[in-house]
Amino acid sequence: MIRRDIVIIGGGPAGLAAAVAAYDAGSRDILVIERDDRLGGILNQCIHNGFGLHTFKEELTGPEYADRFISQLTDRGIEYKLDTIVTDVSDTRCVTYMNGSEGVVTIEAGAVILAMGCRERPRGALGIPGFRPAGVYTAGTAQRLVNIEGKCIGKRVVILGSGDIGLIMARRMTLEGAKVLCVAELMPYSGGLQRNITQCLDDFGIPLLLSHTVSRIYGKERVTGIDISEVDENRNVIPGTEIHYDCDTLLLSCGLLPENELTRQAGISIDRVTGGPDVRDDLETSAEGIFACGNVLHVHDLVDYVSQEASRAGQMASEFVSGRKRDHLSYLKVETSGGIRYSVPQYISPKEMEDSITVRFRVDKVYRDRKLCVYLGTTKLREQRKNIVKPGEMEQVVLLKKDLGSASGTDTIRICLED
Amino acid sequence: MPDYDVVIIGAGVTGCAVAMELARYDLKTCVIDKDEDVCSGTSKANSGIVHAGHDALPGTLKARLNVRGSAMIRELSDRLDFPFRENGSMVVATDDDDASRHGLEELLERGIRNGVEDLRIITGDEARAYEPNLSEDIKLALLVPHGGIVCPFLMTVAFAENAASNGTEFRFLTSVTGITRNAEGYLLSTGAGDISTRAVVNCAGVYADIFHNMICPDRPIHITPRRGEYVLLDHDAGDITGHTIFRLPTAKGKGVLVTPTVHGNILVGPNAEDLEDKEDTSTTLDGMNYIRSKALESVPNIPYSKTITSFSGLRATEDGKDFIVGESADGFFDAAGIDSPGLSSAPAIGEMLAELIADKFGASPRQDHISTRKGFVKPMELSSEERAGLIREDPAYGRIVCRCENVTEGEIRDAIRRTPGARSLDGIKRRVRQGMGRCQAGFCTPRTISILAEELGIPEEDICKNIPGSEILCSKEDRSDDQA
Repeated sequence: MIRRDIVIIGGGPAGLAAAVAAYDAGSRDILVIERDDRLGGILNQCIHNGFGLHTFKEELTGPEYADRFISQLTDRGIEYKLDTIVTDVSDTRCVTYMNGSEGVVTIEAGAVILAMGCRERPRGALGIPGFRPAGVYTAGTAQRLVNIEGKCIGKRVVILGSGDIGLIMARRMTLEGAKVLCVAELMPYSGGLQRNITQCLDDFGIPLLLSHTVSRIYGKERVTGIDISEVDENRNVIPGTEIHYDCDTLLLSCGLLPENELTRQAGISIDRVTGGPDVRDDLETSAEGIFACGNVLHVHDLVDYVSQEASRAGQMASEFVSGRKRDHLSYLKVETSGGIRYSVPQYISPKEMEDSITVRFRVDKVYRDRKLCVYLGTTKLREQRKNIVKPGEMEQVVLLKKDLGSASGTDTIRICLED
Repeated sequence: MPDYDVVIIGAGVTGCAVAMELARYDLKTCVIDKDEDVCSGTSKANSGIVHAGHDALPGTLKARLNVRGSAMIRELSDRLDFPFRENGSMVVATDDDDASRHGLEELLERGIRNGVEDLRIITGDEARAYEPNLSEDIKLALLVPHGGIVCPFLMTVAFAENAASNGTEFRFLTSVTGITRNAEGYLLSTGAGDISTRAVVNCAGVYADIFHNMICPDRPIHITPRRGEYVLLDHDAGDITGHTIFRLPTAKGKGVLVTPTVHGNILVGPNAEDLEDKEDTSTTLDGMNYIRSKALESVPNIPYSKTITSFSGLRATEDGKDFIVGESADGFFDAAGIDSPGLSSAPAIGEMLAELIADKFGASPRQDHISTRKGFVKPMELSSEERAGLIREDPAYGRIVCRCENVTEGEIRDAIRRTPGARSLDGIKRRVRQGMGRCQAGFCTPRTISILAEELGIPEEDICKNIPGSEILCSKEDRSDDQA
């Protein structure tokens, strides 16, 4: 069997940053496996600007941001395979891939980094009633067809869901010459970044209908129209509130789901809330030597945070391969409550951690004037004022090793919002 | 000379079964359909169940053809290489009262009279020993060990490919607008020109009454499109039940079924709603809510969060409640009113009509008849060594296009290149399951469009989801016209 030190599954922003960081931490035998015909992942279709403000202190487009990392990868001579799909990962770090030129190959890896990204929630999972014609796309599929394939997908467009890709596509379709009639959002708040609402909807006069959903799709062959209805507080359609829109296209931006088929196959423990693996502060999953980063771990709002997280995963994987062992008994569970849905990492070792660790999380609805509090056992470690927190924006809190040093094995770390 | 000896109207499972059986004889046969592919109407949206035959009233055509058809499907699934599984079924009752016991005993009795073997009534606890996820409320059940499940798409495709390999022609996007008798038989007016034939077989599903009534106005039939809605769950919900779970109909309603599919999904449905519109395959919020909640009465912990799609189909229900199969006028054969158990009965309907037609024309058996057909190669179901060998022969089998269902480019190209081959995204999906999984073609649509356009030698803008009018992309020229 072939042996490699580090195998990285996915050549998108997470996989690229992980590979570069692993190299910089001293590893040389690194392989990145990408299923598409180019590196860069979903960034390749994100041709709008706004990437890299944190990482590069400048405003880049998605392909430009990807290109920076691709250059770093190729400058270091890190090996990658394109058009290659990983079909199997075992909890003992055997990675099997397949492509047209090599057939089926299994590698025994010193460490594995999961960086498979996420996919979109499709129409079927949303249970939208009506016909099933052509003209219903997830926003990301539409984005690929328009931006990479150079295709025209429709002329009168309604968008369901105000996730970032939906908002970006509202502007994109407008610039492509289509009429975007409205964006409907099931929740009473948008799931996207405020800057995208401003720049992609408000600037183009596209209405955002909160607490609304698509209640019927018309058209046997191609979409001919849809009904949008208001929903009550339980997200059920209120009969009689429907407004009909004549349109030929419906785009769906209704949530992203971490793509963890391989992770599950390997028997790795999955967080029910994030849909990604449970990880410790070194981004190691429940399987020894298998790390995770990027949207496969939890859906991020900014790619800069993906790069940061993935760099840590690369560094930690490199240290693991070099023989660094951690004390498995010293982990504390990070618990969340009071409107905080989850945290990443889910476990922290006060003994093994670096001097500080950034814990990222999301909230379950919009909160104003709250205190973000961190407890160790019953001791409050930290309190931070928050004017507003929103589900669409990832939040973070930094924990210091010196604050956690006094922890006993039965303590938990708790992060919550308080009045 | 007429163009054909036999023209079959409708390329659903019934039409294709008739074609397959008729291909045993030395006759020139053509199957025509208004849509772009086989299996595009009722045959594509049903429960995928091979009924054992305990439900139909003894003495009816439904009873006879169901039992014969389900036996044939077992044998055909090997010979024509399509997925069938004898998973067994249960009819469950939630009351331990006389009505339930009587209801189940009546089904048992019918089954025995229809010739169904090994039926028995079991207690709720015995039922739960087979299927632990069944509701505690279930008190009694009829156990049907020989119930089965089949892929309705692949069964229809297998019948069609076998017929085609024996010389049967297929003409798609050919909508029949009129049928008249002439000296040699019949003249069919279609949107794609006239077709003359000695005999017509009417397998037109929900439209069969229209064609029947053109030829037999004195003995009209009437078909109601009876819509059934379904919810389909992902593979990882697949262990919720192994048996097909039917509800014993009660005064409160018929109940819905919960069944695994041959591909490991879970299917829940259908309801039953009589419509006027023969094309209304939409789903409704009320319908979906109804089937979801009804199914929970039998299997309380169905994980609906794993829903990947919902759809509806139209059963062709004739007023007389039984199948109409036979020669309704000289040289005009009906397979009409084929609602449940139509899928299970299809090969038997084909056999019956083929014999009648062959007799009528004194047709001799086809000398070089091909009785087998090879299914699609599924590289991901092969061993690593076999798969590697396949990829060496054709690298397209090493490139996965649809990641949810692990479908390779090689399979997609095969689906298009066969006869009759896929001409649309839906046609590919039904043959090799591209886009059938949890992302519902989000990732693979652009790639599949390119492959299909390349294989057919047409622009990507002309690629349709199914029939013309369902183009996935628009042409840019149209857009600028629109703005001008």
